[in-house]
Amino acid sequence: MNRIEKLFAERQKDILNIYFTAGYPGLNDTETIILSLEKAGVDLIEIGMPYSDPLADGPTIQESGQIALQNGMTLDLLFQQIASTRSKTEIPLVMMGYFNQVMQYGEERFLKACVNAGVDGLILPDLPLYEYEHQFKDLFEKYGLCISFLITPQTPEERIKKVDELTRGFIYMVSNASITGAKKGISEQQVDYFERIGAMQLSHPRLIGFGISDHETFSTACQYSKGAIIGSAYIKKMSKSENIEQTTLDFVSMVRGRRSSAVSPQSSD
Amino acid sequence: MVNDKGYYGEFGGAFIPEMLYPNVEELRRCYVEVSESDDFQKDFRRLLKDYVGRPSPLYLAERLSEHYQTNIYLKREDLNHTGAHKINNTIGQILMAQRLGKKRIIAETGAGQHGVATATVCALMGVECIVYMGEVDIERQAPNVGRMKMLGAEVRPATSGSKTLKDATNEAIRDWINNPEDTHYIIGSVVGPHPYPDMVARFQSVISEEMLWQLEEQTGKEDPDIIVACVGGGSNAAGSYYHYLNKENVRLIAVEAAGMGIHSGESAATSVLGTKGVIHGSRTLLMQTEDGQIIEPYSISAGLDYPGIGPMHAHLIDTGRAEAISITDEDAVKAAFFLARTEGIIPALETAHAFAALDVLEYRKDDIIVINLSGRGDKDLAIFSKYFDQHE
Repeated sequence: MNRIEKLFAERQKDILNIYFTAGYPGLNDTETIILSLEKAGVDLIEIGMPYSDPLADGPTIQESGQIALQNGMTLDLLFQQIASTRSKTEIPLVMMGYFNQVMQYGEERFLKACVNAGVDGLILPDLPLYEYEHQFKDLFEKYGLCISFLITPQTPEERIKKVDELTRGFIYMVSNASITGAKKGISEQQVDYFERIGAMQLSHPRLIGFGISDHETFSTACQYSKGAIIGSAYIKKMSKSENIEQTTLDFVSMVRGRRSSAVSPQSSD
Repeated sequence: MVNDKGYYGEFGGAFIPEMLYPNVEELRRCYVEVSESDDFQKDFRRLLKDYVGRPSPLYLAERLSEHYQTNIYLKREDLNHTGAHKINNTIGQILMAQRLGKKRIIAETGAGQHGVATATVCALMGVECIVYMGEVDIERQAPNVGRMKMLGAEVRPATSGSKTLKDATNEAIRDWINNPEDTHYIIGSVVGPHPYPDMVARFQSVISEEMLWQLEEQTGKEDPDIIVACVGGGSNAAGSYYHYLNKENVRLIAVEAAGMGIHSGESAATSVLGTKGVIHGSRTLLMQTEDGQIIEPYSISAGLDYPGIGPMHAHLIDTGRAEAISITDEDAVKAAFFLARTEGIIPALETAHAFAALDVLEYRKDDIIVINLSGRGDKDLAIFSKYFDQHE
């Protein structure tokens, strides 16, 4: 059982997964961000590998990725940063990126590097179920890494069952058909979808992502799943941050719906 | 040539986010059956004939042939309605979209020819049309932007990355993710996730289908010795090769844009500079860094300014079935002037690359060479006019 599976075994609700783009705002902020997120009470961290052509992402994550690449972020550097951070924390870490990045690094070499750095799972939104099952499943199992596949309101039931079969760790439930950071709030229609999936009695826990940005949307998502994933809203805060630790604490407190216990005397909002 | 999972050898497939799966899967299930149905074929053939003006002529370019001391035939796709081969595909796809019940059309465009062809068929069918175009291309292909607007399409600038075709394609894909129910994405080239490369190649294959009987009529045999076409994503090449793919006696020449020179850092010669990877949902050859970041390409020609190549072409080049040639901006412009003054035909900048290949291609005197004259050059006059001094 790796750290992700352990988390879901131990916690049944209100799991908060925060995404950040590695190399943003600063090239060497990875460790500070991870440790700040952990300290602020986040359960799971999704590390975005910046990519030149992130098809599933909206402008906020696109821009953060472009800046990260301009800052000089590479996969080798990121693995080094994660490895050195890993000695200071046991928080589950997921890497999110696009399949081409993994392919160029070399699939097996990439998975090995994940294990060596202490990464627990991967999210590769453009790796199709079919290719995974026929080409990469055995490799993932060999290295004991979790993998999350996505489901959307349009995913047919048969395919959801396949996602449940191939996922290890948690299922990434996309709240609404969109790119990241596009829509705000949760509609009745979305609730219907959450309930429909809930009734399927899937074997893996679900985290809801896309459109989760604050306490209200987080709480709603948590009613219908084990927790939620926030990306763009956090990146937006980070873009204006002068103190990563404080911004992170304030943001997580806001999402959790509790008062921020200030790291520094003044709180930003 | 393509298998049921969309692979040409090791290239192709459908590497798409789950959000796109229902749309792409629907298309994959239907495209062969629908496009081969009598009802579809009837509409498709009628529009190609009466609206597009097909068959496009196959023309023996006598003065060009004399200059190069061989036999050069031009497949006149430039004479199609809207001035390029692109409309063959958009007619097919709008008929497909109608049969799938889609009410909204999106497209990407580089040179604007595909955008114009899409805007045209949308006007013809009375359907909403949004075309994504890189900001840089909006600037350098202004006449086509005007045409799209005249036709009632909305042109949305793509402002990320190199602000060219790659980025316009990214934005169109994002639009499709955000509009999963009512929208059909008319991809303009043999790129993208399966079934697009095969579907677009099938619609464009009318080009080689006509070449078979036109060559028979004019030369006494249906096979030429060499077919030359420019390749960005590769739709006009796919269309002109299609019926000759299994005829090993016919050489297939793919002409790419070398930009300022293959190794100048300002190039779009994917077959030379590219490595295997995934771009726009397809495993193919693309220009990228060691870390898998896609490199921003460069060509004077907006339609060839693309860091990838369709998976069919990656396979053809990888297996040696097609030969790739790269042509610089300068040589392409020179070839455009030469064609204009030898045959009275102003080619598109994209197409001009195919003509420049005659200077480097090896051929025999009695060879029959077909050059796919994929588009006309009116849209490029602003660029050509900068070279008037050199060609007085």
